[in-house]
Amino acid sequence: LSTSHGQFRRIAERERRRIAFTLDGIEAQALEGDTLLTAILTTRGHLRIAEFAQTPRAGFCLMGACQDCWVATADGVTLRACTTYLAEGMAIVTRQ
Amino acid sequence: MTARVVIVGGGPAGIRAAERLVAHGLTPILLDEAPRIGGRIYQQQPQGFRRKPEALYGSEAKKAEALVAAFAQIEAKLDHRPGSTVFDIIDDRLILLRENKREEIGFDRLILATGAMDRIMPLPGWTLPGVTTLGGAQIALKHQGCAIGHRVAFLGAGPLLYLAAYQYAKAGAAVAAVVTTAPWLGLGRDPLGMAAQARTAAKGAFYLAKLKAWRVPLIAAATPSRILGGDSVAGLEVLADGRLRTIPCDAVALGYGLKSESQLAELAGAQFIFERVQNQWLPQIDDHGRAIDRAGLYLAGDGAGIQGADAAELRGRIAASALLQDLGIPLHDRDDHTALKRWHRFRVALEQAMPYPSHLARNLPDDTILCRCENITAGEVRNAADQGLREINRVKAATRLGMGRCQGRVCGIAGAEVLAARLGVSVDSVGRLRAQPPVKPVPIDALAGDSL
Repeated sequence: LSTSHGQFRRIAERERRRIAFTLDGIEAQALEGDTLLTAILTTRGHLRIAEFAQTPRAGFCLMGACQDCWVATADGVTLRACTTYLAEGMAIVTRQ
Repeated sequence: MTARVVIVGGGPAGIRAAERLVAHGLTPILLDEAPRIGGRIYQQQPQGFRRKPEALYGSEAKKAEALVAAFAQIEAKLDHRPGSTVFDIIDDRLILLRENKREEIGFDRLILATGAMDRIMPLPGWTLPGVTTLGGAQIALKHQGCAIGHRVAFLGAGPLLYLAAYQYAKAGAAVAAVVTTAPWLGLGRDPLGMAAQARTAAKGAFYLAKLKAWRVPLIAAATPSRILGGDSVAGLEVLADGRLRTIPCDAVALGYGLKSESQLAELAGAQFIFERVQNQWLPQIDDHGRAIDRAGLYLAGDGAGIQGADAAELRGRIAASALLQDLGIPLHDRDDHTALKRWHRFRVALEQAMPYPSHLARNLPDDTILCRCENITAGEVRNAADQGLREINRVKAATRLGMGRCQGRVCGIAGAEVLAARLGVSVDSVGRLRAQPPVKPVPIDALAGDSL
């Protein structure tokens, strides 16, 4: 899977403070006020690998209904990416 | 002791209901999943974002500002608990998750204003990264300042389709095309119905004219074929005017109108009826928002049938008035009812002009995924039908369709259409997926509260 190309494109509100996080162990940067979903999808092309299909997914409804964007922190807390804001230094894990 | 009143949902319906209750001396508890009020339609951007309301809500900016201002007036007079996810209702108790802890709140009277989400008809490729709901595409822009891709195609039916495409183009995103299954002629089928809300109809015409002026390809009466791509979206393939067209794009926003989020209403004891105009099962209410055969339960806004944001404000007030009347507080709300009738008339015209494309269910390829959560295909549902299953909950038990984390929110309607098409029966005769607690995923220890 491509990791160099973000799926989402920022078109407004680009003048926010940068915050650092890690995504599957790789250092990354996003902006304050980003949801985890935005932070991940402006960094790369997919959000997670679906457990039953083994194919890449990137959320769907973005409003907390479809439950297709659950990720985890390195210490095992599961988070719905579309309704959770990124915090400085978060370690996000999308691979089981 | 005064009645304990709880409202679930902080969108236009919930806020206007709260406002009316507070005006008559009540102190409702307002539960909302989001950190800030507004619901989805008037969702506020995170703290620190700088766009003006006009940039976020366009022609609806004044309504959004008025709602936020109304809430500021009552905020100190009610008990607002943002970040609350209600996941079960047992008798007269709400079970919810707040700050990762399980809570229970008892109520005497409950107003549910739980809103709606996009109504989906799947197509091959719709689980690829880059495909979101239409509402999701709007949220990405409004709440995060992002487009869902670098070149976005819009596919579906309904007023949101052109609004979302217009908002994207206006914000500087590249719109590859707007494709609808509805025929252009449908827009002229019920001129009197459209005239019931002429200003709103005119806005729709304005968005279309702008998209046309910006040379965005507008395709009607289309049959969506598939979304192309391996690990990401490469294009949208549709059949239109007798030929197969490929629209190069790296994202697709998908949605055919809205469906009510009615799971909590069901757990609270509402009765359901299949509503033909909206082509979906809806909780039954009287003209005042009272749930039929369930005393103390009131439903308002799009969670009780889709009528849009303006109607939701009216329906919030009307439900609150009914609640107050039931508490013995006399109240006149005839103006709200008169205004609501026009929205209802308009909605009937919209649904007829831009219907849900039930007909597509029959020809979906067998390997099309219907249930994203459990990876269940149209073919598996058809096999279940061929083996004699004629009811959607039995198909769920046999195939796992709708058994995943979303509880059938996304696949339920299309799953029933695929089943009904295979059986050759009308979609209401295969039933509807029953809501099961928890209506949203919660940690095991939060669930265990009842039995421990």
